[in-house]
Amino acid sequence: MRKVLLYIIVITSGIIFLARLFYLQVMDDSFVGLSENNAIKVVYDYPQRGFIFDRNGELLVSNQPSYDVMVIPRNLKPFDTTELCNILSISTEQLVERLDKAKIYSPRLPSVVIPQLTKGEYAYLAEKMRKYEGFYIQKRSLRDYYTEHGANVLGYITEVNQRIVNENSYYLSGDLIGRQGIEGYYEELLRGVKGVKYIQKDRFNRDIGPYKEGIYDTLPKKGKDIKITIDSELQQYGELLMENKRGGIVAIEPATGEILAMVTAPNYDPADLVGRKRSENFTKLWLDSINNPLYDRGLLAEYPPGSPFKTINALIALQEGVVNTGDRFSCNGGYFYGRGRKMGCHAHASPLDMVPGIAQSCNAYFANVYRRIIEKYPTPQGGVDAWAGHLKSFGLGNYLGSDLSTGRPGKIPTSEYYNKIYDYPTYKWFSTATLSNAIGQGEVLMTPIQLANMTAAIANRGWFYTPHILKEVEGSPLKEEEFTQKKYTTIDPEHFEPVVEGMHQVYKAGTAAALQIPGIEIAGKTGTAENFTKVDGKRMQLTDHSIFIAFAPVDNPKIAIAVFVENGYWGGRYAGRIAGLMIEKYIKGEITRKDMEDWILKNSLKDEYMKPYSGEPFLINDGKKYGWVEKKPKRIN
Amino acid sequence: MPKTISQFDWLTILIYFLLVTIGWVNIYSASLDDTASSAFEFGQIYGRQLLWILLSVLLIVILLSLEAKFYERFASVIYIISLISILGLFFFGKTINGATSWYAFGSFSLQPAEFAKVATALALSKFISDIQTNIRDLSDQFKAFVIIALPALIILPQPDAGSAMVYAAFFFPLYREGLSGVYLIAGTIGVLVFVLTLVFSPIWVSIGATAVVIFLYFFRKRKKPGIIVYLSILIMAVALSFSVDYIFQNIFEQRHRDRFNIVLGKEVDNRGIGYNTNQSEIAIGSGSWFGKGWTEGTQTKGNFVPEQHTDYIFSTVGEEWGFVGSSVVIFLFIFLMLRIIHMAERQKSQFNRVYGYSVAGILFVHFFVNIGMVIGIFPTVGIPLPFFSYGGSGLWGFTILLFIFIKLDSDRMSFW
Repeated sequence: MRKVLLYIIVITSGIIFLARLFYLQVMDDSFVGLSENNAIKVVYDYPQRGFIFDRNGELLVSNQPSYDVMVIPRNLKPFDTTELCNILSISTEQLVERLDKAKIYSPRLPSVVIPQLTKGEYAYLAEKMRKYEGFYIQKRSLRDYYTEHGANVLGYITEVNQRIVNENSYYLSGDLIGRQGIEGYYEELLRGVKGVKYIQKDRFNRDIGPYKEGIYDTLPKKGKDIKITIDSELQQYGELLMENKRGGIVAIEPATGEILAMVTAPNYDPADLVGRKRSENFTKLWLDSINNPLYDRGLLAEYPPGSPFKTINALIALQEGVVNTGDRFSCNGGYFYGRGRKMGCHAHASPLDMVPGIAQSCNAYFANVYRRIIEKYPTPQGGVDAWAGHLKSFGLGNYLGSDLSTGRPGKIPTSEYYNKIYDYPTYKWFSTATLSNAIGQGEVLMTPIQLANMTAAIANRGWFYTPHILKEVEGSPLKEEEFTQKKYTTIDPEHFEPVVEGMHQVYKAGTAAALQIPGIEIAGKTGTAENFTKVDGKRMQLTDHSIFIAFAPVDNPKIAIAVFVENGYWGGRYAGRIAGLMIEKYIKGEITRKDMEDWILKNSLKDEYMKPYSGEPFLINDGKKYGWVEKKPKRIN
Repeated sequence: MPKTISQFDWLTILIYFLLVTIGWVNIYSASLDDTASSAFEFGQIYGRQLLWILLSVLLIVILLSLEAKFYERFASVIYIISLISILGLFFFGKTINGATSWYAFGSFSLQPAEFAKVATALALSKFISDIQTNIRDLSDQFKAFVIIALPALIILPQPDAGSAMVYAAFFFPLYREGLSGVYLIAGTIGVLVFVLTLVFSPIWVSIGATAVVIFLYFFRKRKKPGIIVYLSILIMAVALSFSVDYIFQNIFEQRHRDRFNIVLGKEVDNRGIGYNTNQSEIAIGSGSWFGKGWTEGTQTKGNFVPEQHTDYIFSTVGEEWGFVGSSVVIFLFIFLMLRIIHMAERQKSQFNRVYGYSVAGILFVHFFVNIGMVIGIFPTVGIPLPFFSYGGSGLWGFTILLFIFIKLDSDRMSFW
């Protein structure tokens, strides 16, 4: 025993050690991850975001350096607090509070003291900050806007939220991401690819050089510069015209499907969402539930299209062969159907055939046309579905599939829909039950961009390109099949001419005769849509929407446009004028109808928008109470 | 002379050089920073260690050239000089890391406690091998105890509890030479009661001890001691348990309590007191089978493990060489210790044997406490890993310790 005790002890402890080592090193994997978290820091190198140019090569968005004043608390040396506060223009209390916060976060890691100083502020600070040990200035890159317009088109940059971080492994908490508009849809093009560096840390979290000489490191790839289809001058002009109004304008180049302008009102300056005031401004925009400036009405607002929808009904009727252009229908101040029900119309000559029917926007004419379409089929279900099928070919009733990060399908009712609401087959329904479809009221809903696209399809006499906003990426044109392949409607080309002629007559002698633009032949269609809202649970009717669609020149369309002005009384009043001005601006580059421009700039609908919130009964579609000078014309639809 | 050389135990010398080389390779990695370019930069830690290693070779030549008899003859003198040198620390000592254990000579420091172990081993061997000494005799046991305890008690308040603790290693030669097994049993029971008390509580330990004693009393058939013996052992165990609890809770400082609690898995504060152990375990654990490769250890490069080139050098081995590498080092140590015990057993002179056992015992305590601490199964006690840890005094101390024995061993035939 005496001779072997130490042998035994030595061997036993050796076995114990080996067992423990085996457990630590081989069996328990958790230490590997722990050591990586511990000792390797991953640093990302963020590339410059791509620039955005308009269709004419004008720079809209670039990047600007911004400067954060950072502090590493443990490196602080005593300093002249008052002087520093003067330099940074904050109060001593604020400074102390921020330094305390930084200290609590980490004494060794940098914290932001003052975020996002501008170039000007930085130049002044750069010299002085050297005196203050523990402080330093860190450069970041922010968006720099050369335009105050098109915030809805451009979108904005924001910090990624947790959901995105969880779903997409590219993004880390604190990374920036594009949201909405171009920045949102073309995020991957614009952002580039961030580079990564693995850095060996020591136990104080200090960097001590690249990990494994940087074999895992990657270089950042710069974001791509892109050219968008927007004409920034037209965009700017559209926003100017829409001031003090609500609604949307979408202008499309029919030959290409390129979106020339996409205005929503109210809107905001894109620069508001950059820099020191970003979160304050964003909150303000976000919480404005009355004006809803973050809501892109051009893409999202689903309005009843009103009379412009008649053009498409005329096309369907011709295609279905249920109406000839010469067929006349009479109108006795409206259309009577069922048991004493009437769809009203305004005063005009009667009876009318197709061209004047469109020009005068006769409700009775289109009620007849619509019934003939539906009643061509043995059942109303079959009729409605055939009718809806044509509409779908115009990109209606479904998402357009444009390269805009948001959109709505609108609504085109089908037999399924009517069967449901009328409880078929318990109850039957007939074409008259859906008659308001004849004039673009009732169940039909369209977004301004759908309406603009429909107009472009008419301008092209039967086809369109899916509207899109990207024109070129680093000089090479957009190649996406979705945007470079013509989409044909179900209407044969020859049927378009009478409708186009009707729309031309709208401008020459019809409901838009007051909108003459010298030297430009326009085809257009006014619309005046009844609409309802709910305030505090009460459904109430509001003043009619003002709607106008147009393309010009008639024979060689350069622009197709749809304008919605909420509660703008009637089609010609706001939307017609705005569309006319936009067309003149785009085609001529200057405005000759200064009177029209002045009228639009002078008139505001703000009072109109406040009516439902006043809590008191109010009049709609009635100028008298507010003392308007303009007399309501006879022909308004 | 050639005859003498062939009598040296070359196997032991080979293992020594293997350990020192592997040690230096790891010190190099642990202390590497990107500014240095050459292994021979003596401003760097690994450069200095290399210098110490080269000087050890000179030292070895001197140690082996001296007459074997010299060590026995001058054992008492060496012991006394050694005592004086550690006493002198109270007056001329230099404080590093809170312990006044160094004499400073320019940029180099010497830690005399590292040499005092050798002196004590020599003195103890000399005392026990004296024809007059009978280790079974209580008064001689006391004298031996004094020889051992004197340097330990001087070192303890410096404070250097780790170095003092090493003197427990002298139990092994004493036991080998005939010290009563009662001490071993008492010691084992004491340690068992101590640890169990900390893990459980005095009440449970008392209940357990009572059960064991009853069991032994009824089932031991031959050479059965009287019931009094059983009772007194039981009473002492229970008393010890309660006093351990009292001492632990009331006399120990918090840092001592923490060190035990970490090992017992009771308390994990990985940012504070548990930091070293935790980081060391992470370093070793992340090594997996084959390690991250030399100088590729991220924990090592990041200096996450404090004192990694000294007391925690084994964590570098674990991280960069993995389980395979650490096993090799463990095997080398085990083999060295077994070899020394084997060599001690073949000695004809009692002086040589006692000294050999002392060497094995001292190496074992260092090995056990150091690696035990680094892999998290022993409380944190600051003592170096022999031949591995950075430090000239340590390296020289162990070199002298070992090579005196190699010299003695080579001379064993010509002893008479």
